[in-house]
Amino acid sequence: MARISKADRQLQLQQEEAGQHLYANRVRVYPKSVHGPVRRFKWAVLIFCLGLYYLLPWLRWTRGVTQPRQAVLLDLFHERFWFFNLEFWPQDIYYLTGLLIMSAVGLFLVTSLVGRVWCGYTCPQTVWTDLFMWVERIIEGDRNERMKRDAGPVTFDVVWRKTAVHAIWLGIAFWTGGAWIMYYVDAPTVTVEFWTGTASKEVYFFTALFTATTYLLAGWAREQVCTYMCPWPRFQAAMLDEQSLTVTYQGWRGEPRASGKREPGVGGDCVDCGACVTACPTGIDIRDGIQLECINCGLCIDACNHVMTRTGRPNWLITWDTLADQTAKAAGTHTGFRFFRPRTIIYLSALVVAAGVMITAMALRPGIGLSVQHDRAPLFVRLADGNLRNGYTVKIVNKAASQVTFEITTHGLYGAFLAESDEGLGPAETLGLPVGADRVGTFRVLVTGLPAALVDGSQPIDFTLRNVLTGEQTTYHSVFMGPEPGQRR
Amino acid sequence: MPTKVEKDSVTGQMTTGHEWDGLRELNRPLPKWWLYVLYATIVFAVVYCVLYPSVPYFTGYFHGTLGYSTRVKVDADVAAVAKQRSAYMDQIKVLSFDAIRKDPQLLAAAETAGRITFANNCQPCHGAGGGGNPGYPALAAGNWLWGGTLADIQQTVTFGIRSGLDTARQSQMPKFGVDGILKPDEIQSVADYVMTLFGQPIPGRDVSKGKQLFADNCAVCHGEAGQGNRDVGAPKLAAQTHLIAQDRDGVVAQVTNPHMGVMPNWNLRLDTATIKSVALYVHSLGGGE
Repeated sequence: MARISKADRQLQLQQEEAGQHLYANRVRVYPKSVHGPVRRFKWAVLIFCLGLYYLLPWLRWTRGVTQPRQAVLLDLFHERFWFFNLEFWPQDIYYLTGLLIMSAVGLFLVTSLVGRVWCGYTCPQTVWTDLFMWVERIIEGDRNERMKRDAGPVTFDVVWRKTAVHAIWLGIAFWTGGAWIMYYVDAPTVTVEFWTGTASKEVYFFTALFTATTYLLAGWAREQVCTYMCPWPRFQAAMLDEQSLTVTYQGWRGEPRASGKREPGVGGDCVDCGACVTACPTGIDIRDGIQLECINCGLCIDACNHVMTRTGRPNWLITWDTLADQTAKAAGTHTGFRFFRPRTIIYLSALVVAAGVMITAMALRPGIGLSVQHDRAPLFVRLADGNLRNGYTVKIVNKAASQVTFEITTHGLYGAFLAESDEGLGPAETLGLPVGADRVGTFRVLVTGLPAALVDGSQPIDFTLRNVLTGEQTTYHSVFMGPEPGQRR
Repeated sequence: MPTKVEKDSVTGQMTTGHEWDGLRELNRPLPKWWLYVLYATIVFAVVYCVLYPSVPYFTGYFHGTLGYSTRVKVDADVAAVAKQRSAYMDQIKVLSFDAIRKDPQLLAAAETAGRITFANNCQPCHGAGGGGNPGYPALAAGNWLWGGTLADIQQTVTFGIRSGLDTARQSQMPKFGVDGILKPDEIQSVADYVMTLFGQPIPGRDVSKGKQLFADNCAVCHGEAGQGNRDVGAPKLAAQTHLIAQDRDGVVAQVTNPHMGVMPNWNLRLDTATIKSVALYVHSLGGGE
């Protein structure tokens, strides 16, 4: 952003105030550092999240000889996702649906209970912005120092500090982009390959891409992402109600606000020092009430508590509270926090159901998979001896690390026998089909049956697949078709 | 231009000055960088219009300074695919069927090529997946007229049946009725006997005369027991499925004035590798021998 003089800025603000500008210059936010329990909690969450992100790819895991040794690996090239002891194939994609449903409902639940804590504490935009601000603060100083330097002339002092800040930002951004890649390829291998210039084009491209986005979004865009780009602040209002805990300025206690020395008991508790405003990373005034820009981080709470303590007033003038409780308190009463309300019960049960379905499906997940697709055309053929034959495409998933022979047979059609097409196996009642390690085997199986065995032109038929080694089996429901009654061909 | 910028009494914010039927819009200024992004996209569009094909004239269009053309790109893509395919097709052309079937990758490539070729060329008569149509054999059923080995199928596809080529599969059923070889009542008797071969004898009908007529006139091609003869493409009559005549009336019509199918020769339209691929695909449908 181009810097403008104080007088220009003043004029512009007046024009904006007068509604004469449809476009506004960005008002740079210089958040002042705060200390207190909220800030300490926020640091703890930040360290946990970043530690998890940067270090998780390096966690090793013991698996089969031919399988990757990385605990969390999204191996797109080999179409396998690894999460500790779990292995996911492309066929398991619906678990992703379940995970997304759980994430969405979980976010709804948390938001309706405690407001936008996702935004304030765990959103990557918030976490990396916080980290970048910390770097900025260490090198360029706190709010006042930074403002003075930005408004002053360009000196050597300004240049080296700015250079250092951007260099460190780029360093962090590069580490972030590099760590991203490590979730998709083996971390130690790609690190060596990266620095010896032997990594693939994709690795360099995505590292550069995520370096650039991290640097731009956390270094430059910051609160603009939340205010102008992110859809979540816009529909979070639908999740909040008067029972949600949000960062709240207790107006009934603070107003009428006034600065300067006052007799105790005269006016409200707010001394109008502006500490909450200068501490805010999005540059808003929490005393204006809940607003789109507020990410619910609560740093204003720490800032305000500090002032309250110094002026001998009770802490928590800004606090986490519900709208209902605030209304009651303003009227001199008090309502508790209602955890169970129709909204949260619905979210919670949706979450429990989704989690239950996911866990059950995961626990019962068979090590073998079978899918049988009936030929679309022809639906059946009549043989010269009058028998009917149907063709099926059979896909067998072998998740074992060795070749396995699977036995496939059918139930439900009297006298049926199977054959692999094109002079393969059979005809027999059971076929033994070999599938290679960690592969999907595709076979075309022909089932021949007597027309007399058919009721109403078609007949349900079950394919049962059995792993010869483990005895594990699975069944697929299909159908055997023939001519409609009375139809000759 | 906005004319009546004023302060909104409810929010205390200024309006944009626009008004529609009494509805006014609050002015929430966009960030300037957003506007600059819009300008950047306009600049991008201008540069794009100079570099790439863009502006239409009455008689043509501006080709762009880079000379880019999607048609050229398609030609290059097609050439690239053809090159990729030729790695397989060259082998399919020279290798024997046995050798192709021993190489799973080559076999899969051949059957895929065969499947597409079949759908484009053979399916209109023989039906999707070789399911057959009245008068056109069901290839998936394996009731072959001229043989169902890979070599048989390749020969049939290459030269066709009654296609007019000297090398085509050739045969003719006499017009027993039209040419007066059999009298109408004799044809009726033959039909009665053929229905017993079909497995649908007409109750109480004496077929001894028909049987004798069949042995004298038909068995030479269709076989004593109606088992058919692949050397002359004579259909098997002792079966449950039939190419042309499905019932007694059909048999009478066929004996009186026979209908004989024609299949084109594909050697002038498809290359050897493609025909071999089609043969492998047809063979895999379930009827292969």
